Amino acid sequence: MVNTKVNLSGIMLDNPIIPASGTFGYGYEFAEWYDINCLGTFSFKGTTKDPRFGNPTPRIADCTAGMINAVGLQNPGVDAVISHELPLLSKCFHKPVMANVSGFSIEDYAYTCQRLDAQPQVGWLEVNISCPNVHGGGMSFGTSPEAAAEVTRAVKAVTTKPVYIKLSPNVTDIVSIAKACEQAGADGISMINTLMGMRIDLKTKKPVIANKSGGFSGPAIKPVAISMVYRVYEAVKIPIIGMGGLSTAEDVIEMMLAGATAVEIGAANLIDPCAAKNIIDDLPRVMEKYGIQNLQDIIGGAH
Amino acid sequence: MTQGFYKVVSNQQLTSNVYRMVVEGDTSSLSRPGQFVNFKIDGLYLRRPISICDYDTDAGTITLIYKVVGAGTEKLAEAKEGDVFDLLSGLGNGYDTSTSGAAPVLIGGGVGIPPLYGLCRKLRAEGKQVKVILGFNTKDEIFYEEEFKALGAEVFVTTVDGSFGTKGFVTNVLSDLDYTYFYTCGPMPMFKAVNAASVTSGQFSFEERMGCGFGACMGCSCKTKYGNKRICKDGPVLVKEEIVW
Repeated sequence: MVNTKVNLSGIMLDNPIIPASGTFGYGYEFAEWYDINCLGTFSFKGTTKDPRFGNPTPRIADCTAGMINAVGLQNPGVDAVISHELPLLSKCFHKPVMANVSGFSIEDYAYTCQRLDAQPQVGWLEVNISCPNVHGGGMSFGTSPEAAAEVTRAVKAVTTKPVYIKLSPNVTDIVSIAKACEQAGADGISMINTLMGMRIDLKTKKPVIANKSGGFSGPAIKPVAISMVYRVYEAVKIPIIGMGGLSTAEDVIEMMLAGATAVEIGAANLIDPCAAKNIIDDLPRVMEKYGIQNLQDIIGGAH
Repeated sequence: MTQGFYKVVSNQQLTSNVYRMVVEGDTSSLSRPGQFVNFKIDGLYLRRPISICDYDTDAGTITLIYKVVGAGTEKLAEAKEGDVFDLLSGLGNGYDTSTSGAAPVLIGGGVGIPPLYGLCRKLRAEGKQVKVILGFNTKDEIFYEEEFKALGAEVFVTTVDGSFGTKGFVTNVLSDLDYTYFYTCGPMPMFKAVNAASVTSGQFSFEERMGCGFGACMGCSCKTKYGNKRICKDGPVLVKEEIVW
């Protein structure tokens, strides 16, 4: 029997598979397809201080081996997430869950993180400083080491649970930003968010997406993610949650070899609602194929 | 909602760019007319949502009518008998026939017409008097006039260029009809005209670019008078009173 358990900042996960924020709602949409308690955990829809409708539609465009989204952090706001969504989530998922947080100011981030940190089912906070689809916030905090460190310090000052900072690949040097987060007290790094992308409709001769550009994700970005995780792993000591175009058990192992302690599955959930479950079911077979007994042992194995 | 493999029974051209595909497979998650399926198509990343024209639980078949508008539907049009597709089925809320009254009118524009066929069959089975207005640009685009008549509906056809039926738009006919309720599917300009011309409540089936098709990604959200809704999950059918134009 192979062992798929991994330790993520002191909490043992049955397996390293974590559906990514924004592709898994609050879990109950997927509980209609399978028992989501097979997951290591999942990162719920990005939460902001106030409710947000997000961007105008169209918000989605198809690409070769991927997709672009510009949802724009639609969510009901932290009050409604706590009063309405988390109780529904707890009915179908009985493990610690990852709370994903976005903001438009340092104070926003601190406030929302503090509120969610106090929720018993929340096991980790994942702080998104890398959303490419909102203006006046989001990614701007994730594009300089100083701003990333400032958010990290503000969140760490008001929370007790492990804090993962979710980084943008849309930067010159992701390593310096990861190091700044580590020095500011982050418990881990979550990477990578989507790459900036655009499609133009040849009939209308205009961008497909109303927001013009959006975040590109899917299998096409996997090599970018592997490379970035590999480099950050060499520069920081804190754990990394790796993501970017992963859709098979082989992809999971590849990302862990690059340096990820756990992995997130994003766009694949939207194509196949059972994608995360299928990966979990297939993981032991692929581990055996490559002679892996303990998944935890292969983290960073490519270095 | 279910995921499964479906075999193409037939894939037939109805007009220059409209096709009818019949697939064989699980129909257990279908409960109402106006629901849709989401096609996985080789070589394309996102699935492609296609509205259901009709389904037959005894035969285990689903009929889909689609217009070739882009890369996804171009590939669908090439499908041959015996080809197999991975589909998500039973998606969307569908039309509610309980509010129709005794004599509803169905208003379809172009490729918005197909889901009204299954709806018409259900309303007729419930013993209702059904009128149908089918709007096209021109005579060559007309499809399913005879099929609606065969269900016992009173059918009116409009063409924008006057080459068949009443010249003009569906609302030219709607204004002269008596009806207890309406159901519509078609392009947005038609929706706005129907909303303005209609004298009863009714249901509109919307279209939007979708990511997942089952309520996860928030790609197809819209604002309504009662809060945000996802076209794929809370829709595609919305009632007149909740729609923000």
